[in-house]
Amino acid sequence: MTFAVSFQKVSRHFGAVRAVDGVDLDIRPGEFFAMLGPSGSGKTTCLRLIAGFERPTAGHIEIFGARAEAIPPYRRNVNTVFQDYALFPHLNVVDNVAYGLMIKGVPKAARRREAGAALEMVKMPGYGDRRPGQLSGGQRQRVALARALVNRPRVLLLDEPLGALDLKLRENMQEELKTLQKSLGITFVFVTHDQGEALSMADRVAVFNDGRLMQLGTPQEIYGSPNSRFVADFVGSSNVLPPVLVERCAGQRRWASLRPEAVKIGAPGRLSATVVSRAYLGGATRLGLDVEGQRINALVPAGEALPAEGETVRLGFADEDLHLMEPG
Amino acid sequence: MSAVGTIGAAGPSDAILPKRGGWRGRLADLLWRRPGLLLLLMLMPPVLWLAVVYLGSLLALLLQSFFSIDEFSGLIDRSFTLKTYGELLRPANLDIIVRTVTMAALVTLAAAVVAFPIAYFAARYARGKWKALFYLGVMLPLWSSYLVKVYAWKLILAKEGILTWLLQKLHLAWLLDGWLALPVVGGSSLSLSATGTFVVFLYVWLPFMILPLQASLERVPANLLEASADLGATPQQTFRNVVFPLALPGLAAGSIFTFSLTLGDYIIPQIIGTSRLFIGQAVYAHQGTAGNIPLAAAFTVVPIVVMGLYLWGARRMGAFDAL
Repeated sequence: MTFAVSFQKVSRHFGAVRAVDGVDLDIRPGEFFAMLGPSGSGKTTCLRLIAGFERPTAGHIEIFGARAEAIPPYRRNVNTVFQDYALFPHLNVVDNVAYGLMIKGVPKAARRREAGAALEMVKMPGYGDRRPGQLSGGQRQRVALARALVNRPRVLLLDEPLGALDLKLRENMQEELKTLQKSLGITFVFVTHDQGEALSMADRVAVFNDGRLMQLGTPQEIYGSPNSRFVADFVGSSNVLPPVLVERCAGQRRWASLRPEAVKIGAPGRLSATVVSRAYLGGATRLGLDVEGQRINALVPAGEALPAEGETVRLGFADEDLHLMEPG
Repeated sequence: MSAVGTIGAAGPSDAILPKRGGWRGRLADLLWRRPGLLLLLMLMPPVLWLAVVYLGSLLALLLQSFFSIDEFSGLIDRSFTLKTYGELLRPANLDIIVRTVTMAALVTLAAAVVAFPIAYFAARYARGKWKALFYLGVMLPLWSSYLVKVYAWKLILAKEGILTWLLQKLHLAWLLDGWLALPVVGGSSLSLSATGTFVVFLYVWLPFMILPLQASLERVPANLLEASADLGATPQQTFRNVVFPLALPGLAAGSIFTFSLTLGDYIIPQIIGTSRLFIGQAVYAHQGTAGNIPLAAAFTVVPIVVMGLYLWGARRMGAFDAL
């Protein structure tokens, strides 16, 4: 199988800083791939390595089977939607979108037509004559998307494209991006630090930390069976139980993750806890519990009985919900 | 909870604080209520200085250009006439104008070409110590006297100067001799040629091109260059389509300096170059020894008109679009 993007032992060091450290990664053609991690985890550097803005210090990168580490960005059929959009301030919207076509030497009439079609695709028809400075954040975002897609790239890179948008707009854009990706069939590589965004949009997610790839899998695998304390902690609101508690529940001295919705209050369990806080979330209530100094969150669906703050309760969970990780 | 309680316990009398004492407090209150007054106070000195003193005297000068001089008595005839402007268009005077404008244009062009790489380096790559070094390098020449610099150049460019010596050591003296043998740009030595005048103008005005250019390049976000490359543009294409258009306001600002400073200067061409006059020298001669104030005034109108045309042209070409 030819992968859309393939990293083989790729490292990018900046002096002593290992921004990306020995990453092996395969992105399948046509998939919606998310790179997830906290800031400084190396996910953006990985994206820049695919775009060609950075060159690996070690390892190989292939794009659709072709060796790419020595190819400059302008010779890669890969386009990027930048975090702050990077629209050209001296060009109007249509010239921004048509920039790539202009560089390729497409005649003016044809590139205006194609840019117009691309603007229509991102639901921005009629905005062609405006300057980027006259647009809102969400509109700039769409223009940046059109500017990348009009070149029909083999891989589209998106660097935290929704980070600057407000919640409502972000949710709309998430849906639209997903629909767009399905209809175009282009490989999307999406960088985000928002785990909810990664899980809801991507076909597969790569979780990064400290320049290393921690786990790669479907959202279900990443969320349901994190392979390390870091992934459990970072992805979702999973509780991480220390080896001492896990040994008492499961008999093994290992770290384990436990999703808050799996925690049953008042069930005959092996742990007792004090309720520290209660936060009403609408569909459920989140309880902050203290188990022998260890903080554990539990989600109680609306309608179930709620213990009061300061009350001591018993905790239980099904054995299969306790997900064992590295030994402690 | 208790901390919040202490903060929230303040009495209602604390909602509005008492007046600050003295005239300073009253002045601050007054200026806050009447922001227009503050603006007026701030703008008064520069407006008085610029508009009244400077523009006023400039207008008086312009007015002089519509007077004429009585050729027999040498007295100024204070009646409106275009005779002086007719005199300005005589071949000898027109020659001075063409020479000066050509020199100003060439100096500006050369300054832009020389300044761009330096400004680009300073804006894109120089950080910390290197940036300080850049500013020092560019500004240092401005700290020393202009006359000292010009005379230093006279020594450098003289026939017995270091430049000739260096070229002789490199066995390139024939190149210099060949250049000096050319008409218009040549002369008996570099310090007595139009080339010498050009070189010194370029040196003296270069910082005025570098600094605005560097400022405008600094404002070009690095990710625009990446975006351009990402969209398929080679570095040359990126320069033409992104860097250059965005640097144009800085280039325009710098060129206004180099162009107008060259147009008006009368010291450099007097010390270095041929005996052919530049506008500044003509003004100096006419208002001084010749006592022909109207013609001197008419000559000073030329740079103003040329700069006006230049700015209008730059605007038409979109030099200020990215502002």
